[in-house]
Amino acid sequence: MSDQGRYRPFSYFQLMEVSLRELLVEKGILTEDAISEEVAAMRARTPERGARVVARAWADEGYKRRLLANGTAACEELGLEIPGLRLLVVENTPQVHNAIVCTLCSCYPRVLLGIPPDWYKSRNYRSRMVREPRSVLKEFGLQLGDGVAIRVHDSTADMRYLVLPMRPAGTEGWDEARLAGLVTRDCMIGVAVPRVG
Amino acid sequence: MQPQFLTEFPAVGPLFEIGEKVRVRGAAPLGHIRTPFYIRGHVGEIERLCGSFPNPEELAQMRDGLPAIPLYRVRFRQKEVWPDYRGPESDAVEIEIFQHWLEKAR
Repeated sequence: MSDQGRYRPFSYFQLMEVSLRELLVEKGILTEDAISEEVAAMRARTPERGARVVARAWADEGYKRRLLANGTAACEELGLEIPGLRLLVVENTPQVHNAIVCTLCSCYPRVLLGIPPDWYKSRNYRSRMVREPRSVLKEFGLQLGDGVAIRVHDSTADMRYLVLPMRPAGTEGWDEARLAGLVTRDCMIGVAVPRVG
Repeated sequence: MQPQFLTEFPAVGPLFEIGEKVRVRGAAPLGHIRTPFYIRGHVGEIERLCGSFPNPEELAQMRDGLPAIPLYRVRFRQKEVWPDYRGPESDAVEIEIFQHWLEKAR
């Protein structure tokens, strides 16, 4: 049962957030409107932005090369607004599977994937993904053979990461919009792979 | 070596080449450190130079973090990081690490 809506006293950090926010508004550094607008903008970003990038890379070999060479420039080429993003795109191949984690906090390519899922920020995922990635991926339903190397990317500093999954078989002749429909958030974090049907 | 991203900050020069073996310092200073504990003391290989960025340990103290410090991606073999790791030899973890946390591995 959800206890949403039931009264609970603020936690230490909730109280700190409210106090800081109210102080910033009181001192005229931010306005309530600016905060609401930013929250709305954050909510408006969805993984469809990342899926567009992946679908273009699948459809256009030249774009894929530019994306792997400089993720930031390649996103700008699609007209995506990505302020401050330094993007490294890591490509899955039959030999290598990539997955992203941030063990220190919860760094995530928000401008491409939106708000991260709760599990991405959980202590469980963050601590186990670098220690036993194969077990964690199995829990996500992804079982990889020993012939596939797993590369876990711990997003600790100024870069953000996006996994470029392999284009599934049976999608020959699909247009980019249809391809993008296969690319889920989890595929771009690397805890899933795209599947047809 | 060409950095992945060019930045305008005054920066110290890079000391390491792609493919070079490096050891992460085993230090444990206080403060806002972007080098995870689990990787300190371990040996990996430089995968690429990301660029040069203000030192986060200084930024956290409200200073400018300049000169900027080269930031590398370092690839570690999982079996080197966790001796009891269960998985193939080729599994790896890659981490962004600032130059002042790295030293040449012998």
